[in-house]
Amino acid sequence: MSETQTSMEHVQDPHLAQHPTPRKYVNIAIILSIVTALEVAVYYIEAVQDFLVPMLAIMAFVKFVLVAAYFMHLRFDSRIFRRFFVTGVLLAFAVFGIVMWIFFLVGDGPSPTVGG
Amino acid sequence: MGTHEVAADHHTSTGLDNTKLAMWGFLGSECLFFGSLISTYLLYRNRVLSGPTPHEIYDIPYTSVSSFVLLMSSLTMVLALAAIQRGDHRGLRVWLLATAFLGMTFIGGQIYEFTTFVEEGLKLQTSTFGSSFFVLTGFHGAHVTVGILMLLMLVGMSLAGRLDPVSEGSRKVELIGLYWHFVDIVWIVIFMIVYLVPTN
Repeated sequence: MSETQTSMEHVQDPHLAQHPTPRKYVNIAIILSIVTALEVAVYYIEAVQDFLVPMLAIMAFVKFVLVAAYFMHLRFDSRIFRRFFVTGVLLAFAVFGIVMWIFFLVGDGPSPTVGG
Repeated sequence: MGTHEVAADHHTSTGLDNTKLAMWGFLGSECLFFGSLISTYLLYRNRVLSGPTPHEIYDIPYTSVSSFVLLMSSLTMVLALAAIQRGDHRGLRVWLLATAFLGMTFIGGQIYEFTTFVEEGLKLQTSTFGSSFFVLTGFHGAHVTVGILMLLMLVGMSLAGRLDPVSEGSRKVELIGLYWHFVDIVWIVIFMIVYLVPTN
């Protein structure tokens, strides 16, 4: 096989044919960088402190979706892969919700010591 | 041979590559794993009886640079995949090594951060905040380290000609890439929740 072998096998794969171009990947990375810079910026801006958590959550969500959709190709691949991943994310949120419910609604919060 | 192998991939009950399906199943379970660690951190980060508090110890500008480095490693990873999909093995190795280098930079930064925290009085056993912080970020760092090893393994396989034919090589690079991007996604969440969301 030569170093720059070009095969037609991958062209026949419908999923690969839909993958973004390297230029688009770079554009996505630029957007991710800008959103990260915004995240850090709002952390320091006093005027938005009341809305800091929702703003950070939205920006993190945007980054999460961009990486999953474009870099992990969930937008272009089979829906089954998306369901596997989304199920995991939803279960993680469920675990988080159950833990918070147990500690803060049923109990009075966790003990400050590891063993206690 | 190449065409035969491509056809063999699709002889599954789902018509999908089983290894890729298994990887997505694994990543789904990893969501639960990190979800549990993040929940634990959120529970305990305000419970500081001794040692520094999160607000006193975090260096946001430093961690922001680390986050940027890891984000850019996702770009180089996906460019490595694009390279092998073109059949460009040299490009693949360049981008894989760039990804591994960025990953090592991130890990080096994390080791420096941990060392600084220990010097400032925050250890694993100092407080429940320290325990939950080191366990969460430590496990993430371990995942990044495993990813770096797999990237270097791919470089070795490429040099040995074991990523041929292109379809088979692309599949292997894509699987490792999925893992790498997942590690990046987890850091996006950790960076927001652990470092940027203020404590009470």
